[in-house]
Amino acid sequence: MWKTVLRRFLIMIPQLLILSLLVFILAKMMPGDPFTGLINPNSDPKEIARLRQEYGLNDAPWVQYTRWLGNLFHGDLGESYIQQVPVSSLIWDRAVNTFWLSLLTVIISYGISIPMGISAGRHQDEWQDQSIQIFNYVTFAIPGFVFYILGLWLFGFVLNWFPISGSIGAGVDSGTLAAFGSRLYHMILPAILSALITTTGTVQYLRTGIVDNKVEDYVRTARSKGVPERVVFDKHILRNSLLPIASFFGTTITGLLGGSMIIESVFSYPGMGKLFLDSIGQRDYTTLTALILLFGILTLVGNLLSDIIISIIDPRIRIK
Amino acid sequence: MEKQSDLLLDIQHLHTAYRLQGDFYDAADDINLTLKKDEILAIVGESGCGKSTVASSIIGLYDHKNTKVTGDILYNELNLVGLNEDLFNKVRGNNIGMIFQDPLASLNPLMRVGDQVAETLYYHTKMNDKERHARVIELFNQVGMPNPEEMYQMYPHELSGGLRQRVVIAIAIACKPEIIIADEPTTALDVTIQAQILDLLEDIQRQSHSGIILITHDLGVVAETADEVAVMYGGQIIEKADVKTIFSHPLHPYTRSLLNSMPQTEDEEDDLHVIQGTVPSLKNMPCSGCRFAKRIPWIPASAHEEEPVIHEVEPGHFVRCTCYKTFHFQGEK
Repeated sequence: MWKTVLRRFLIMIPQLLILSLLVFILAKMMPGDPFTGLINPNSDPKEIARLRQEYGLNDAPWVQYTRWLGNLFHGDLGESYIQQVPVSSLIWDRAVNTFWLSLLTVIISYGISIPMGISAGRHQDEWQDQSIQIFNYVTFAIPGFVFYILGLWLFGFVLNWFPISGSIGAGVDSGTLAAFGSRLYHMILPAILSALITTTGTVQYLRTGIVDNKVEDYVRTARSKGVPERVVFDKHILRNSLLPIASFFGTTITGLLGGSMIIESVFSYPGMGKLFLDSIGQRDYTTLTALILLFGILTLVGNLLSDIIISIIDPRIRIK
Repeated sequence: MEKQSDLLLDIQHLHTAYRLQGDFYDAADDINLTLKKDEILAIVGESGCGKSTVASSIIGLYDHKNTKVTGDILYNELNLVGLNEDLFNKVRGNNIGMIFQDPLASLNPLMRVGDQVAETLYYHTKMNDKERHARVIELFNQVGMPNPEEMYQMYPHELSGGLRQRVVIAIAIACKPEIIIADEPTTALDVTIQAQILDLLEDIQRQSHSGIILITHDLGVVAETADEVAVMYGGQIIEKADVKTIFSHPLHPYTRSLLNSMPQTEDEEDDLHVIQGTVPSLKNMPCSGCRFAKRIPWIPASAHEEEPVIHEVEPGHFVRCTCYKTFHFQGEK
């Protein structure tokens, strides 16, 4: 068990280095540099050149790369050229918002999709299954932004049940119970909406798993032992059917931590996804590279998490 | 009177029909069989002849929505046909144990093999955890597994095919069932392991005096282990006798063809005998006449009965249809 985890950790080191190199090359390939935007008819070319020299933009690429990498190890992600604050603090604020929204989304999403998948698999081809299939097709086919805007319009504007933007009400002191309530209130609508249209994969994997496992030989063996049907389902069929869900769990979690650009933009929710889009719009390269690097790391950690989870559940994955 | 009490299972007029595109077709057609204590009854036939259907009907493991079972399967005073599931679960694993064909697929990949054996005990005995563990170790010893304590903690994929099949057998015999159904228990194993598993089955039977229904297509296995043999073709039993008679004095053309199809080492120059054609599929099974007639076209239609019935030609030797009287292999005579 621990060998599997250790091995996976070691594999991550070269992966991270390659990732950082790719991100660096990507950043260098982007047109212009942070000072391009400062140029106006009155700007002194000498001053720009001095700034470039000062920020080390004239150094050889590999010097820049090692300097950047060295800074990363100290947790220094650089300073946002646009907002003039350290990128790390900029990301931290947004990451907290995104974390809570994602957590709520994941809970609602699995809360809906696992019972639906179980019901569809158990009642294969019956009305329960067919209605769930219809729900699946609809939610899978609707583009996210259409669904979110419709939801925003209906529950935000027309019915006026939920706030339509932001992460906290104006004038609420942070750290109080009221602030917690206000945050939750702002998250509920986006969380429900994005949970509703991210159920498809889980439902389908679970349903197919149950339908396939139901006719497996080991299920017949369990029945031949005189195990009651309810236990056969929960202990034998369901557990084996949850394997594919478990293997996606890690990437689902970290994927959501990256934030959803669409939902955060539609709801003007100050999270990571919106920060990413804003940074692109403002050519805020330091923030952008830091975010791309972070998303990359999240993906790697997600895979690691998935592998650990699956090796806990499935003995066949473990290394002796 | 004593003979009566030895009777474990009495199958009478068993029909098992599967639903195919709305209609039911008999996969087992009027099966009459008995199983006694200390007896190994072999059911032999090609793939699709209905032998596994008989097994699943006895233990009640079939898709209840698409299967219709009629007739009687009497176990003591209990009729297993149409028995309610809760009652059946008390019989399955407890009074009737089943051994399956593919030992890897037959075990839950996520459970330790010891726990899979213990699960049977959990539902049929009042043992506590410790007693169950001890019983599993005892069973592992009985089925000849080395280091039973260590084996208990293993997962199916860590064991060899032979060891997995021993686990499956341990599951089947955990509650000392009176009846053991072995559905092709050696088919998925290589030859040396096959012999070991068959020896093990015979050992178990000698110790427990249970009755074993051995389902196989392997005549070598039958010759080695069985006491009574029922040969099935097209969902029907076409010949039934004790093992000696079947091998020394087979009557039905199908039985004779099967035996003739076994490779003989003495006359190497001879080509292997092949039965013409294939078993008709369930939907295309002839509803009347001798079901084997199509595969022996050189035998005139007049040799067959119109509605073939079982004839007792000698005490204990049953044959369906009259075609056996005039049957000869192609090229003979």
